[in-house]
Amino acid sequence: MSVMQEQALESPLEPENTVSGARRPLSRNALVWLRLKRMPRFWIGITVVVAIILWAFIGPLLYPYGITDRDALNMGMGPTTLHWFGTNSIGQDIYAQTLSGLQKSLVIGLVAGPAATIIAAIVGSTAGYVGGWVDRVIQWFILLLLVIPAFFLFILLSPLIKGLSWVVLMFYIALFSWMIMAQVVRSQTRSLRNRDFVRAARYMGMPTGKILRRHIVPNMASILIIDATLGVVSAIMSETALSYFGFGIQKPDVSLGTLLADGTAAAVTRPWLFVFPAFVLIALLFAISLVGDALRDAIDPTSGNNRD
Amino acid sequence: MTVYVIRRFLNYAILSLIATCMAYILASTVLDPAARFYGMNPRPPQASIDASLDAMGVNPDVPVIVRMWHWLVNLFTQFSLGTTVGGAQVTDEIFSRSGASLRLLLIGSIIGAVLGVLLGVWGAVRQYRASDQIVTYASYVVFATPTFVIGVLLMIVATQFNTLMGTQVIQFTGEYTAGISGSWWDLAWDRGIHLLLPTLALVLMGAASYSRYQRSVMLDVLGADYIRTARAKGLPRTQALYRHGVRLALIPMSTFFAYSFGTLIAGSAMLEIVFSWRGMGQFQIEAILKNDINAVAGSTLFVALLYLISSTFSEVLYAALDPRVRT
Repeated sequence: MSVMQEQALESPLEPENTVSGARRPLSRNALVWLRLKRMPRFWIGITVVVAIILWAFIGPLLYPYGITDRDALNMGMGPTTLHWFGTNSIGQDIYAQTLSGLQKSLVIGLVAGPAATIIAAIVGSTAGYVGGWVDRVIQWFILLLLVIPAFFLFILLSPLIKGLSWVVLMFYIALFSWMIMAQVVRSQTRSLRNRDFVRAARYMGMPTGKILRRHIVPNMASILIIDATLGVVSAIMSETALSYFGFGIQKPDVSLGTLLADGTAAAVTRPWLFVFPAFVLIALLFAISLVGDALRDAIDPTSGNNRD
Repeated sequence: MTVYVIRRFLNYAILSLIATCMAYILASTVLDPAARFYGMNPRPPQASIDASLDAMGVNPDVPVIVRMWHWLVNLFTQFSLGTTVGGAQVTDEIFSRSGASLRLLLIGSIIGAVLGVLLGVWGAVRQYRASDQIVTYASYVVFATPTFVIGVLLMIVATQFNTLMGTQVIQFTGEYTAGISGSWWDLAWDRGIHLLLPTLALVLMGAASYSRYQRSVMLDVLGADYIRTARAKGLPRTQALYRHGVRLALIPMSTFFAYSFGTLIAGSAMLEIVFSWRGMGQFQIEAILKNDINAVAGSTLFVALLYLISSTFSEVLYAALDPRVRT
């Protein structure tokens, strides 16, 4: 749908020598921004994300009901002007609860997702580049964590999480979701370390840390960026799934997961209990994914219109 | 090549064993097997509680290392994983439940992976065309929907469909209709129709995420020198991409396959619960809720073995695609 538009807007400001870096007219960031702002996906995504953030944090201030308020006269009601998303069987307001759940999801996702990617980049590139026993130890550790799916690790640890705050849950999620990406980073690093430019840097005596920062990690920027963005999505999803099955956030706190769990039984007969929180969750995750995808295309110098 | 694969296999085998032991220790630390007895009314005498715990080999007074050692000895000498809190053999439970899980997991993950790779390559080659845009947006919508939400939404749609048809065409509760009898064909059909929705959910999930990664990796490959070389030799773009590009793009993917297998296992466990299947996922979660250490350790061993098989398979794939790793 945006093909014609994008080609028409293709500007002469983007000469071919940008990649070589010999005489580039624009900094890398400026170039990324230039590409990014031409992508409808980016604008749709970022608009929805910002709108949802504002809604989640300002919305409750403009609404009369709180998450634990009970309206005894309107129990199990569908959406009305009084209760925008309806009420559950004990008269609690679904709109207020949805916004409160949304706030938690946003904070958990924006902290845990990027944190997991940073861990993955550091651990994976070190293992792949340094090699030897360091690699072997890290590999074993990663595999050990991977053999038991993170979801089961979470639920196995849930007796410890119960009674603690959701902030602890956020750190658990970050700590147990970097392994797959670390493996991908490691195998990419192993193929990169034998490339000429890395070899040259090594022979010139560049320290390992600097090679990793200057040459290895930037060459995986595209896959790291998309992973960080998708990491936000999957962190939010982890929390929702754990809470849905009763292992995450505990009453009286609400999250989108606990709301959906409560709404499932009535999903067919009283759909507002399930459909509204589900739709808000999907809209948020969808918008973040769009931003991630747009970023991927903007950052990768060989993507999109730069290719023949 | 054979030596390489055998070595990797042994590596994973030891790993699975260690992971299982760690799960055993973790479960013993976190879970409280005596809690069940303390909740009883009247509360049984301490001596009989201890006797039951000893019989199961989960008495917290015995050091965890000693208990784990007994558990391992029983596993290797008698092929026994101990008993559940209900008194059944854990191995029997696993055998009776794993069929349902494996059927769901195998069909779902294979169809999902193949579909995902095809869509990813197709999307990358046709980047920014209408078809790529549609696949991209659709996969994002699926990707943005948690497993259990997909499950419940599919149920809502199926209910609407059944109402529309005026009869119960799509069955979605349980693994098969309770008390069904009939010819072999009737039974197979019944199981198939019950399998439909959870498998569809798993396929959608797998295809959406694999296609994103495949497209991304494929796009990185598209700009590579050897594609340009192939084109310079006069190969049309599409052919150069399919012949030289896909193979290289599959290298990072093969790693990804094996490691995302865990996500699939967890996903299928969630679907089992949503669709009320008596599968391994449900078993594992029930075990944790019931403070059943033997069942937790046994089901972890089962998952670890699945992992062992899928990881070895991905190593074979990796080595076949990229000769440089066979060192």
